[in-house]
Amino acid sequence: MNIEKKASEGQMIEFIDVHKWFGEFHVLQGINLSVDRQERIVICGPSGSGKSTLIRCINRLEEHQRGRIVVDGIELTNNIKNIEKIRAEVGMVFQHFNLFPHLTIVQNLSLGPIWVRKVPKKEAEETAMYYLEKVHIAEQARKFPGQLSGGQQQRVAIARSLCMNPKVMLFDEPTSALDPEMIKEVLDVMIELAQEGMTMIVVTHEMGFAKSVAHRVLFMDFGKIVEGNTPEEFFEHPQHERTKLFLSQILH
Amino acid sequence: MEQSSQTAVLKPPRTSIGVVGWIRNNLFNGMLNSTLTLLTLFLLWQFVPPLFRWAFIDSAWHTTGQACKDAAGACWSVISMNYRFILFGFYPYEEQWRPFLAMLILFGLLFYTRDRTRWKKPLAYAWIIGLFLMGFLMLGGFFGLKPVDSTQWGGLPLTLLLSVFGLTAAYPLGVILALGRRSRMPGIKVLCIIYIELIRGVPLISLLFMSSIILPLFLPEGITINKILRAQVAIIMFTAAYIAEVVRGGLQGMSRGQYEAAESIGLNYYLTMRLVILPQALKIVIPPTVSQLISAFKDTSLVVIIALFDVLKTTQSVLSNPEWMGFSREAYVFLAILYFLGCFSMSNYSRKLEKELSRGD
Repeated sequence: MNIEKKASEGQMIEFIDVHKWFGEFHVLQGINLSVDRQERIVICGPSGSGKSTLIRCINRLEEHQRGRIVVDGIELTNNIKNIEKIRAEVGMVFQHFNLFPHLTIVQNLSLGPIWVRKVPKKEAEETAMYYLEKVHIAEQARKFPGQLSGGQQQRVAIARSLCMNPKVMLFDEPTSALDPEMIKEVLDVMIELAQEGMTMIVVTHEMGFAKSVAHRVLFMDFGKIVEGNTPEEFFEHPQHERTKLFLSQILH
Repeated sequence: MEQSSQTAVLKPPRTSIGVVGWIRNNLFNGMLNSTLTLLTLFLLWQFVPPLFRWAFIDSAWHTTGQACKDAAGACWSVISMNYRFILFGFYPYEEQWRPFLAMLILFGLLFYTRDRTRWKKPLAYAWIIGLFLMGFLMLGGFFGLKPVDSTQWGGLPLTLLLSVFGLTAAYPLGVILALGRRSRMPGIKVLCIIYIELIRGVPLISLLFMSSIILPLFLPEGITINKILRAQVAIIMFTAAYIAEVVRGGLQGMSRGQYEAAESIGLNYYLTMRLVILPQALKIVIPPTVSQLISAFKDTSLVVIIALFDVLKTTQSVLSNPEWMGFSREAYVFLAILYFLGCFSMSNYSRKLEKELSRGD
């Protein structure tokens, strides 16, 4: 693994003993994790294990109740200005795409740059078209999200995040809601993104993707990171019983 | 290719298309429907010709009240002979061109505003200038225009004033209340809930009474607030509470994912609402909102109970004149048409708006 470490800038993301509860349910139980710049991490685990909650804490769609989370040198607190600053630097792709249905594709993409980054409209639309090219969907720019297939919508969602020129991309089960024939087109875009050196944290069960692009694969269960290793080690020599069981279930 | 051109030539059977097909499918498809159709035709034949005769053939259009009493049909003279009073109330007779001109400006602006592509800055300036012009025209007191006190305002201009400004002010206020009611800040939330529930728990009539009778009791000696303004505020407050609940319904229909997507690209609360949530939520609730606005428009006629002479009251006043007593049917038909035009154009416009906004679905 040749991770280009920029030690002077410090870690991209750091979790220090992070806890979170949903009511009585202890969903994150002491998470310690640090993510380097340009590192690519895949998180897997059974449903309810807290993996989505973990990455949603990074841009504070969920609030953690104990411990510290530092993103790009800024600690996440209740300071709303800091939260907005971090959100602008952290891109997120959702399971259900969450495109804005009342806006055209190009408007979906240029919304953030225009209103958050204060980029002139024309320039924002040019950037939007550039990223639509990148996800191979430029010809759909003037359509509305409802007119696109699931795979196309998810690629638009990825492009929408990229338009903000983020330092990290979070993917929350990006292919889980897709028809099987559309999974590949989305994964291909993600692989291209990985090859360009984007820092990525991906919650997914696509183990092929994990093997080909991840630097580290983490396995979560019951709110804890059970083990994390390079994909080779993780898949060939899983350490824990629960990891072995999980892998045997999803790899057949 | 060949096959598709062949199938294109094949037409549906004649009996299921065209006028004949439609009549068969909709009016005579079975015993029950055929009977109902025939019955309806019979009733129409019984009622429409006499109605037509009453309204158009035997009617008096521009006569004295006495001549009207001799006519067998409708007495439209009650409108045509008194239209100046019905439309303008006690506004000084020679000066009535002023409210007329003000209404023309209002209609012109409304008509021009109907097209969403024109909703830009210049239009806002046009409205501001228009509002001042209308105000100056109605009040007078400059450029040699005789001052007219607002207590003399009445008729259609008053109805339009109360409804157009009542509705345009109530709508944004209602949206703000709806957002407040869903706010995470407990203080704001409680205030909005109290406001909405209090206002909704009280009939409009009692709000109007309070504004005209009770409010002045609390004001210090010598200070009075314009009566029309007080009624206007009551209407705005009342309508806003209802709009708020309609809008809240729309907000609840929005998925969590839309908020999260907006937040995840760094939009703050205000921008999230303005750019992502409200455009969608308000679109969903166009039909109930318009119902609410229509009913508010009609409710403006309740201002008669605090002795404002809106168009309903001026018409009634004409009927209390001995010469025109007994022609209430014609007068109320006229009023109904007037209100219907207002309500129907609102609902028509809302359908047009819905169609325009549903491009994305």
